[in-house]
Amino acid sequence: MDTYRITQNLDPEPNRDLTQQLQAGETLAGRYLIDSVIGVGGMGAVYRARDLHFPNVVKLVAVKEMVNLAPDPMARATIIRNFEREANILATLDHRAIPRIYDYFTINERSYLVLEYVNGKDLEAIINERQEPLSELQVVTWAIELCDVLHFLHTLKPEPIVFRDMKPSNVMVNQQDHIVLVDFGIAKTFQTGQRGTMIGTEGYSPPEQYRGEATPQADIYALGATLHHLMTRRDPRLEAPFSFAERPIRKYNPNISPELEAVIFKALQYNPEDRFRTAEEMKKALLAAAKKTGLLPHVPFPTASTVEENQIRPVWTFECEDEIRGTPLFHDGIVYTGSYDNNLYALSAADGEFQWKYPTEGGIVSRPAAFEGHVYFGSEDTRLYVITARGGRINWTHYTRGPVRSSPTIAEGHVFIGSDDGYLHALNAATGRLVWSTDAGSAIRSTPLVFHENVYFGTQSGEFYCLNFNGSIRWRFSAKRAITSSPVISQGIVYFGSVDSTLYALDCKSGWVIWRYRFEKPSISTPCIHDNLLFTGATDGNIYCIDASTAKEVWRFTTEHQVTGSPIFYNDSVYCGSVDGHLYCLDYRTGRLRWKFMTGGPITGTPAVNGDKIYIGSLDHKLYALTA
Amino acid sequence: MSGFWQKIFERFKRQSRDAPTPPPSTESEAPVAAESETPAAGAGSGEVDPPQLLAACAQSVGLLRDHNEDSMFMLSTTITGSDEQLPFGLYIVADGMGGHSNGEVASSIAVRTVAHRVIERLYTPLLKSPGSSPEVSIQEVMQESTLEAHEIITREAPGGGTTLTAALILGSQMTITHVGDSRACYISPQGELKVLTRDHSLVQRLVELKQLSPEEAAIHPQRNVLYRALGQGEPLEPDTQTFPLPEGGSLLICSDGLWGAAPENEITQSALHISSPLEACQRMVDSANQAGGPDNISVILVRLP
Repeated sequence: MDTYRITQNLDPEPNRDLTQQLQAGETLAGRYLIDSVIGVGGMGAVYRARDLHFPNVVKLVAVKEMVNLAPDPMARATIIRNFEREANILATLDHRAIPRIYDYFTINERSYLVLEYVNGKDLEAIINERQEPLSELQVVTWAIELCDVLHFLHTLKPEPIVFRDMKPSNVMVNQQDHIVLVDFGIAKTFQTGQRGTMIGTEGYSPPEQYRGEATPQADIYALGATLHHLMTRRDPRLEAPFSFAERPIRKYNPNISPELEAVIFKALQYNPEDRFRTAEEMKKALLAAAKKTGLLPHVPFPTASTVEENQIRPVWTFECEDEIRGTPLFHDGIVYTGSYDNNLYALSAADGEFQWKYPTEGGIVSRPAAFEGHVYFGSEDTRLYVITARGGRINWTHYTRGPVRSSPTIAEGHVFIGSDDGYLHALNAATGRLVWSTDAGSAIRSTPLVFHENVYFGTQSGEFYCLNFNGSIRWRFSAKRAITSSPVISQGIVYFGSVDSTLYALDCKSGWVIWRYRFEKPSISTPCIHDNLLFTGATDGNIYCIDASTAKEVWRFTTEHQVTGSPIFYNDSVYCGSVDGHLYCLDYRTGRLRWKFMTGGPITGTPAVNGDKIYIGSLDHKLYALTA
Repeated sequence: MSGFWQKIFERFKRQSRDAPTPPPSTESEAPVAAESETPAAGAGSGEVDPPQLLAACAQSVGLLRDHNEDSMFMLSTTITGSDEQLPFGLYIVADGMGGHSNGEVASSIAVRTVAHRVIERLYTPLLKSPGSSPEVSIQEVMQESTLEAHEIITREAPGGGTTLTAALILGSQMTITHVGDSRACYISPQGELKVLTRDHSLVQRLVELKQLSPEEAAIHPQRNVLYRALGQGEPLEPDTQTFPLPEGGSLLICSDGLWGAAPENEITQSALHISSPLEACQRMVDSANQAGGPDNISVILVRLP
């Protein structure tokens, strides 16, 4: 039965309407009494008919009708010759999974093939009728039968036959629960002579078949595609062609064993030489997989981790007196980190040797900034501190009216910082003179971003502001919940996450929402961007990679707890900590784990990187330096 | 209901025949429209204040078809004020296919539905309340209106299908929603042509998988076979993406009747060297017809500020 769903722009046809079918009760060629239409396709229809040569019994046959669309009489004659030649070959086949061919003939522009009527359902109908996926046992049983009949066809003498059109609608399951192949791609002969834009994807055929190569490996691919559809219930005709690798079977049907999935994916390789060489070989692999799953039903799928966890050793560690919740800063050979013990520490980046510490009266939970020989940082004691980078001596401080949990940003000779007092403060970076402060209505914990003389930041009540350099509001946007995440800008778009579980992309000039991406849970992580890919974390435990122009998820990596820290990109890797205590190093294109390192407590800050070293603080009080 | 669309379509077709060179409002005021054969690349950019989108379109039934199944929509507006200059442009091409008249109905529904929704949900709010943006995102509006068009086509024009390539320019961003094998291209002031969309065609997929060379794809017998189109089965997944608006150069949106027939260098030369967008569009259509005009030709050209 032909199920090409082809819509075509036909030229006006001088003969009768091509879509016209034979009616029930009509007799074809004086012998076949049409009973009903079984199926309709672009090339014609398939009928159930009664063979009147057997007047005393009801002998049912299937009559397949094919319309010759070739406009040129020579081409039409060639098509009919090819059809008759193929029908003759098929008529000689003797296999229980292949229907017998009784007759063929051509009337005007239509050719007919009369064959054994198979009383049963095709696999497509079976997929569509069922709500739940088929069992692995059922699929393997049919798969092995299909391998058998393909092997029979592929080893025929003198000429092997390639089925060319393996797909669920071409496989019937008869009353005895055995499979029967019902279409030998013979209709393909009739497909020339069409033009114009068409719709129709075959979905099951391998790439090389479109170069005109029909080989046993092509049938193996199509068998793999058919089995994939059976197990996933995802119709490949509705997906991008040759995209099976993007739809792992077990993602859609976790009941299928990895062993069976592996067999199917070998059959679905792009390159014919990477598939099974023969249907017999595929059958053996199916049997081996079945044996293995019977014996060891819980064999774990090999993980992609290349470096064992315990092989990572820190270059150095430094222990503070309380938790490190914030993010370290590398500057000029020194690593600066704040701690919940109220101190800002300066450590030698090379060996972690203590240089000095500066005590404040509150926890330091943010990231320091460096500018012209000074280090700027806020403290929960409500102050912004500016101290000399070398000696750790105070230069000036600025009092806000609430704890400072936002990190400072320095641009154009000014320092911008938010405070829990609900104001954004802009100060002269050298003198500490307050230039302006803007009331944002609620606590600002996100780090301000300065871009093209505008200042961008979010607030704990969910407002997002764009201020100009004199502190007045250019535009504002309201998220549904807090914006703790700090904004990043790339190509005129500003990105940030929110506790309303959304990642936003806004036009940085107008504040218009370009897109929104939904996490499963809130996010306070700050995105980083590289290669038009956004990386960020969420409290659903995932590290995400999102395509910045399409808002499509590229990959996600699931950690064992919330991801409240932020990722950084470095050397083709994404580094990100998790509350599960690990620092993860992932391949940025695939999200595959390169290595992970276990600290003694949750990680809530962001790593810093310089040269060959990566620095990360943990709630176990320690700052770690690792080889990047 | 289909009769209604039929009438709409008839009107659309008649207009495009009776008035082969409709002067869309923006061109007539274009400061560069006067001299024809001077290089256009620099002429449109940088010198106009406020920055605005100059657009034109052209259409032809081609030489081998007896009726037109393509539909187009274009709208260029500019809002200027004290602080903000906001160009807004919406450009849509749809190439219908399918038996009877359902192809042309499908493409007409596609452009109308998307244009209607984008104006309703993005443009009207822009006029209503300056300084605050609507709740919805641009990509969601583009995506949802495309899916709505898909549903209407499935219902009103069964069997009909259509491609859809819609570009929305708002401020400094350009968002493109795309299904099928019409194309959106950027032609730089240096004359490089970059295709911004990905054809949802079987042969393009084969090229992406390196199973066919672009040369083989151009002559492949199944080069017209799409695997994704509006009105043709679930699920429909439009490609939607946002690009930063390049400075200068041109945006070209066209059906395969143009890119599949007219040589690329003739397209880029027309865009580059004919200062009037309208004449450039007409020249491109002529190129496609000179190359045999195998299919309906639709082209929209937008000069970027």
